[in-house]
Amino acid sequence: MSQRDQQNPARPLSPHLQIWRWGPHMLVSILHRATGDGMALVGLPILVWWLAAAASGPGSYATFQAVMGSPLGLLVLVGVSWAFFNHMTSGLRHLVLDIGAGYELDTNRRWATASPIIGILLTAAFWAVILLK
Amino acid sequence: MGNGTPIGRVRGLGTAHEGAHHWIVHRMTAIGNLVVMSYLLVSLALLGDYGHASVVEWLSSPLAATAIILLVISVFWHARMGLQVLVEDYLHEPGTKLAILAALNLAIIGGGAFAIFSVATLAFGRTA
Ligand code: HEM
Ligand code: HEM
Repeated sequence: MSQRDQQNPARPLSPHLQIWRWGPHMLVSILHRATGDGMALVGLPILVWWLAAAASGPGSYATFQAVMGSPLGLLVLVGVSWAFFNHMTSGLRHLVLDIGAGYELDTNRRWATASPIIGILLTAAFWAVILLK
Repeated sequence: MGNGTPIGRVRGLGTAHEGAHHWIVHRMTAIGNLVVMSYLLVSLALLGDYGHASVVEWLSSPLAATAIILLVISVFWHARMGLQVLVEDYLHEPGTKLAILAALNLAIIGGGAFAIFSVATLAFGRTA
């Protein structure tokens, strides 16, 4: 016995995705999911490979370094690090919203806009430290 | 699902039919991730080079080994819960859902055990 059985079947359906005017909070929402899933599916296998290669000895580790140090490998690493920083800022925004704060329209829009920008800046700062040291 | 109180009428609805505990543990592991991932990224930024010798030297110290083992636990748990939400949102056929969630458990537990074992090998191997 679901709630739906008792409702008027002629009631309008929810409008679908393309009907909404895009705002920054929608981008942040879908990016949070995409980056979280991307890290889980791509980042974690790389992490496991890295640790296992280190434990298996210099030979396995050299293979890991050759692949991940190649231009394509570095591109993937930059991508994963961006996914992390982006997910971290939107995740922190999530935690603030979860305690019930930050729903005023202008505040909400400001942090939704700031979150992906801060994510990119942190990614750039991280690689600057690594490449310039 | 009961017909009594308002909360009783809505309990168990939603794509996953449950979830408050899942939701809270997801937030707790998010906070854990913040701590351990900061440790990993600062360590990586400070590491002199990324060759085998330096990485093993760093990873086999008790502090780094403990932190990375905790990282694997917190991040793998968090990622497993996140992927579960993804599956619950987009897969609606109960059999497929069960099969994917079973495969997800095997991958997460298998990958996590392999990662932790690798770190432990290095940490214990240093003094051996
Ligand atoms: C551009 C617009 C939209 C974006 C970017 C978007 C993005 C997302 C994301 C990332 C999630 C998972 C988020 C989370 O669990 O916190 C989600 C969940 C969901 N969305 Fe949307 N969405 C959009 C529009 C819509 C619309 C128009 C509907 C319904 C008509 C809808 C229905 C749902 C439902 C039912 C869930 C699952 C909620 C749950 O059980 O946690 N979404 N959406
Ligand atoms: C600073 C560290 C992190 C914070 C603060 C954080 C925060 C969060 C939060 C609050 C959620 C819940 C979103 C929701 O219910 O819609 C979430 C979802 C998720 N997180 Fe994280 N997270 C972090 C790191 C990670 C890492 C390292 C991974 C993967 C390796 C990851 C993978 C995921 C996945 C797959 C989801 C589910 C996304 C969805 O279904 O919408 N997170 N994260």
